[in-house]
Amino acid sequence: MSMTTLLTFTPWPAVSAGILLILLVAALYFARDTAHQAIATAASAVARGLRVASLSVTHAQEALAARNREVLLAAGREAKERIVEREFTRVGDTVRKDLAGYPVMHRRLSEAIQRIEEDQQKAVEVPPDAPGWAQAVKVVADLDARNAGADILADIHKSMVKAHAEAMDDYRKASSERHALLRRMMPDWRLIQETLGHVNKSVESVIGRSQAIDRHMQEYEAIVRGEDRALSVLSSSSIVYFFISALVLAIATAGTAVNFTLIARPMAEMVGGTNYIGTYRTADIAALVIIMVEISMGLFLMESLRITRLFPVIGALSDKMRVRMLIITFLILLLMASIEAGLAYMREVLLLDEMATNALLRGDAAGAAVNSHLWITTTAQMGMGFVLPFALVFVAIPLETFVHSLRTVVGLLGIAVLRALALTLRLLGNASRHLGALAQRVYDLPLFVPLWIETRLRAAARETANAHASVKQGSWKEART
Amino acid sequence: MRPRWLLCGVALAVSACAPSAPHNTGIYLLVDTSGSYNRQVRQAEHITLYALSRLQSADSIAVARIDTGSFTEKDIIAKATFDDRPSTANQQKRAFASHVEKFIDQSSPAPYTDITGGLLQAIEFLNEKHPAHKEILILSDMKEELAKGYVRDIPLDFRGFDVVALNVTKLRTDNFDPRQYLARLDVWRTRVEKGGGHWRVINDLDHLDGVL
Repeated sequence: MSMTTLLTFTPWPAVSAGILLILLVAALYFARDTAHQAIATAASAVARGLRVASLSVTHAQEALAARNREVLLAAGREAKERIVEREFTRVGDTVRKDLAGYPVMHRRLSEAIQRIEEDQQKAVEVPPDAPGWAQAVKVVADLDARNAGADILADIHKSMVKAHAEAMDDYRKASSERHALLRRMMPDWRLIQETLGHVNKSVESVIGRSQAIDRHMQEYEAIVRGEDRALSVLSSSSIVYFFISALVLAIATAGTAVNFTLIARPMAEMVGGTNYIGTYRTADIAALVIIMVEISMGLFLMESLRITRLFPVIGALSDKMRVRMLIITFLILLLMASIEAGLAYMREVLLLDEMATNALLRGDAAGAAVNSHLWITTTAQMGMGFVLPFALVFVAIPLETFVHSLRTVVGLLGIAVLRALALTLRLLGNASRHLGALAQRVYDLPLFVPLWIETRLRAAARETANAHASVKQGSWKEART
Repeated sequence: MRPRWLLCGVALAVSACAPSAPHNTGIYLLVDTSGSYNRQVRQAEHITLYALSRLQSADSIAVARIDTGSFTEKDIIAKATFDDRPSTANQQKRAFASHVEKFIDQSSPAPYTDITGGLLQAIEFLNEKHPAHKEILILSDMKEELAKGYVRDIPLDFRGFDVVALNVTKLRTDNFDPRQYLARLDVWRTRVEKGGGHWRVINDLDHLDGVL
């Protein structure tokens, strides 16, 4: 039924329109309460649904935050354990090294001290002989001079001079020996000083390490207790590690691209240049596979060296097995690097061949001439082909950091997204409630005439009721008075 | 859930191992050796070298002459399908170029011009090679002159073919009445397009970029 048909139920369309409008307004007015309830219920239902959704998302965000916290703490704990373990290993090495040399050092010290003691004893100053002649001289001097005392005294004097000279010689000799002994003590003193200095250095090193261990242990304890500060430090560190490792991985990807360029062309010579797997050339895929195998070997090599810990199975292998694996992966890597060097050489040969053919097809004889310095680029390419696989081995380190930090960063991003989603849902819930109220007002907008009449009627009824009440009150007051 | 993943994996593996669509190109160059065009045969070398420089491994090329009766393998001067290995393909290219050069040096004029026969031979050759892109290059004035007894009023199936007329020279009579030249080209265009092919004319051999 079209609008034109509707307007033809009276001969005058304006009248028909007016009647229809009045009927519509009346219908809307009578359905007003129900419509308001329906709008309110719908708005409330939507708001409630959104609120529940918001709460659910908040719970999910909290759960994710808790998980992220656990992941961070676990990662931090593991990292600290590794650091403390390394410090203990260093302390152990230092102590072992020093203790291993301790018996020798002790023996050397004892010997040096013994030698010093002996020399010291030897170097004791011998007291000069008591002047035995002095008493005799006095007795002789008291004798009568006539009894040839002068001769005796002269002889005694002579003997005394001689004895003195001999005593002086002995004394000088003894002094010289003492000085020699003291001189001999000097190397021993130096040895003792040096040994004690070495001991002092070792002790200081151990003290330094123990202080570092103390600091790490305090941080470890803070992580174990799950302190917010520790968590914050770990979180910010994780983000920094993420970006740094991503940067290094980007550089490694560029290296991989260079490597790929070096071997893709000669691979066509091996597997054919026209075979395709899907939409990709088999030669390209083969080149990529070789590079991926090299990176995998690098990962295993790093795992075997216990530099990275991406594969716990490799880390848990016995030392003997690990060394075997190390040798095997290194040999495979060496083989791959040699193959790459060969392919890089082949690339140059192929390029030359292609250049010669193209020059021939162009009729350009000069283009076919070989550059005399071409060996430089050939050697450089071969060198790059050999070195790049080994350089790519170190990708394992940033890769491990990237993988570990990625969990945290993705968790943080997830938390941020969920938080934003919860906020949006809450806002939408509130907006829905307000939209319900707005819809009620919009519904009332075309009903302003009956609503105005209703308001007037209610006001009149209220006035009448008030007038009745005041009359009743007045009559009651009168009755009271 | 597990079988679904398994199915997805199998589907991926099958799609990866499925034979891929061909990516190669096939070129057949027809060289008019008739008396009216024999002077232009030298251009064939230029076009062949250009084509060889653009072709890759697994591409096919053949050079054939148009003479009195061209629907025969004997008129194929040189043909090659390049090897998978680029180095071998380069050797083949050099040998092919040398072969064509030798032919051009020894070329003698033919009394008639059987273009339709040459085209039939080209279609047959390229269809056998199954290339992804098929191109027939005709170095001719496009004036067909058939010897008595040769029936060439047959429909040609050019579906999937690009037919390029190169260096279509004007005959003495065309200068008097250019409509003859235009009508001649139009006849061939109609014939190719009726057969489902794509027709082009390139007269400037210094700008062969549109070819291949």
